[in-house]
Amino acid sequence: MSKRQRVSIPIRPEPGSDLPAAQRDAVLDAVRLHREAPGPLLPILHAIQQRLGFIAARLVPLIAHELNLSRAEVHGVISFYHYFRQYAPGRHVIYVCRAEACQSVGARELESHAKRSLGIDFHGTSADGRYSLEAVYCLGNCACGPSMLIDRELHSHVTPDRFDAITRRGGP
Amino acid sequence: MSATLYLPREATALSLGAETALHAIREEAARRGESIRIIRNGSRGLFWLEPLIEVQTARGRIAYGPVRPGDVPSLFEAGWLQGAEHPLHHGLTESIPYLKKQQRLTCSRVGVIDPLELDDYGAHAGYTALRAALAMTPAEIVQAVSDSGLRGRGGAAFPTGIKWKTVLEAAGAQKYIVCNADEGDSGTFSDRLLMECDPFCLIEGMTIAGLAVGATRGYIYLRCEYPHAEDVLTHAIASAYARGYLGEDLLGSGRRFDLQLRLGAGAYICGEETSLLESLEGKRGQIRFKPPLPAIAGLFGCPTVVNNVISFASVPIILERGAQFYRDYGMGRSRGTLPLQLAGNIARGGLVELAFGATLRELLYDFGGGTRSGRPIRAVQVGGPLGAYWPESKFDTPLDYEAFTKEGGMLGHGGVVVFDNTVDMAAQARYAMEFCAIESCGKCTPCRIGSSRGVEVIDRLLAGDQAGTQQTLLRDLCDTMLNGSLCALGGLTPYPVLSALDHFPQDFTCSR
Repeated sequence: MSKRQRVSIPIRPEPGSDLPAAQRDAVLDAVRLHREAPGPLLPILHAIQQRLGFIAARLVPLIAHELNLSRAEVHGVISFYHYFRQYAPGRHVIYVCRAEACQSVGARELESHAKRSLGIDFHGTSADGRYSLEAVYCLGNCACGPSMLIDRELHSHVTPDRFDAITRRGGP
Repeated sequence: MSATLYLPREATALSLGAETALHAIREEAARRGESIRIIRNGSRGLFWLEPLIEVQTARGRIAYGPVRPGDVPSLFEAGWLQGAEHPLHHGLTESIPYLKKQQRLTCSRVGVIDPLELDDYGAHAGYTALRAALAMTPAEIVQAVSDSGLRGRGGAAFPTGIKWKTVLEAAGAQKYIVCNADEGDSGTFSDRLLMECDPFCLIEGMTIAGLAVGATRGYIYLRCEYPHAEDVLTHAIASAYARGYLGEDLLGSGRRFDLQLRLGAGAYICGEETSLLESLEGKRGQIRFKPPLPAIAGLFGCPTVVNNVISFASVPIILERGAQFYRDYGMGRSRGTLPLQLAGNIARGGLVELAFGATLRELLYDFGGGTRSGRPIRAVQVGGPLGAYWPESKFDTPLDYEAFTKEGGMLGHGGVVVFDNTVDMAAQARYAMEFCAIESCGKCTPCRIGSSRGVEVIDRLLAGDQAGTQQTLLRDLCDTMLNGSLCALGGLTPYPVLSALDHFPQDFTCSR
């Protein structure tokens, strides 16, 4: 049997060629860093989101191409996990705990206060672009609720007043 | 001579102002010309006293807390560096009744040591178990774990020894050790505390598991809601590699174990072991059919041990002190100790590690001191968001897996969430269904559709729309979910719903 010639048909336009350099680099760097690890998709998505703040839909074809996955598989993973964002967040992300332990000490009040005072619902971003609001189901701070996380900083005993004090405190 | 102070760097302590206390102490010490050395330990888990600062004296470590920046000048004034009296003085930390009455085996080093210092871990019996394990055959290690009676601490309480034996005997060139650190249950934080306050204990336990079953690779699947634990584990794994406690030549034995930290992405379902494995493989966290069990065909189709953080962390003390020592604690078929977590509306919340057998009432009142709000306790939920809501009549149930199951509840991961008499149990039941709808992986119909229908039925029930019929419908739906769901999420969501309905029926009448 004669050896069959492998023919590679290039994809045009090349995936990722439509992306701004910063976004393309973020994807390619993340892929380079984690490609050899078994099951690398989640670490790659984390790395992209950490660098860009979110994973835009337009990045999906490039991620899929680099990992030899279908776009549907990549989109399916991004949309499955609550933590991955498909839209740009505010400068800070507030995660308010909605789980039972915090409910027992006033999480429902905190949740409605946070929505009212920022003028947004969960997954929204305040008009000044400063805060995005997300729900979270347990921060493991269950003896000192209501709890919330702002970026990577944990806060305990968050009453509505304390919420205002924290969100009005300086910073960008 | 400079005084030594211990100041926690654990997430809850930080959230309560440990860092501002640190600055105040440094400034005040400088102002007074006192020389101090500050060690950043983990938290003892006495959260109502955090930031709890300990001063090393000749008598032992003396506790002061909760220390606010404004208290600092008066603490120095009173002479706290010599362990003097002060309104915030609690005497020897070890003698604080809350701590003294516990049996801290798995969490013996939590809050005691500097979690980032491998030498401190070694000075507190760390890695003696690994050294012992390196001299044992795999079958001997598995036998020791079996003899200890240890059961999975993640909630399912499956005998750890049997799981390990299955993986040891399974054929496969590559086997894996996976730590389920996706502690998503509300009211639980023992995994987080252990990882933040004694990370080497988890690493050692996983390494021993690798030796026991012949696995050379391990993963810790950590939830991304725990950024502090992520930092600590990253640092600890790097230190363990640097000192030969991980890698291709464990302590010069020629045996290999590699460990990697992986982050989840906010999906509660990934705490279910097969869903977790899918997630580690880079897929949507949808659950798998069982069989095959992960022990036979787990990560990438290979034999895999999946255990909870506390299960792995209990292994070092079992090998160090012997299976019999561990087994002597506990009652019935629940052997050893369980790190319980007092949470929610509780006056003295925190980590309480006890031998199985104490009652829920002792935990709630003797340790917890009743509610934080000062009102009577109306309901407790044990075992996370899938656990039953219990009224006071069940508080004398002993903390034991079988006793809880017999009473229609589950001990689960040992999280106890307390509610006072302002709680609306119908709202809690509705939330249980809502949570299931948000977190369902979508694979099976009873969970995916049933949870959304459950919210609607409860809404109609509360609106008084044919209440009798709606209650029948709700019970019927719960029966379908209970018996027809593929995993515990859909299968156990009926527990909080039905227990609320059974024990607190007055909350479900529309005249509220």
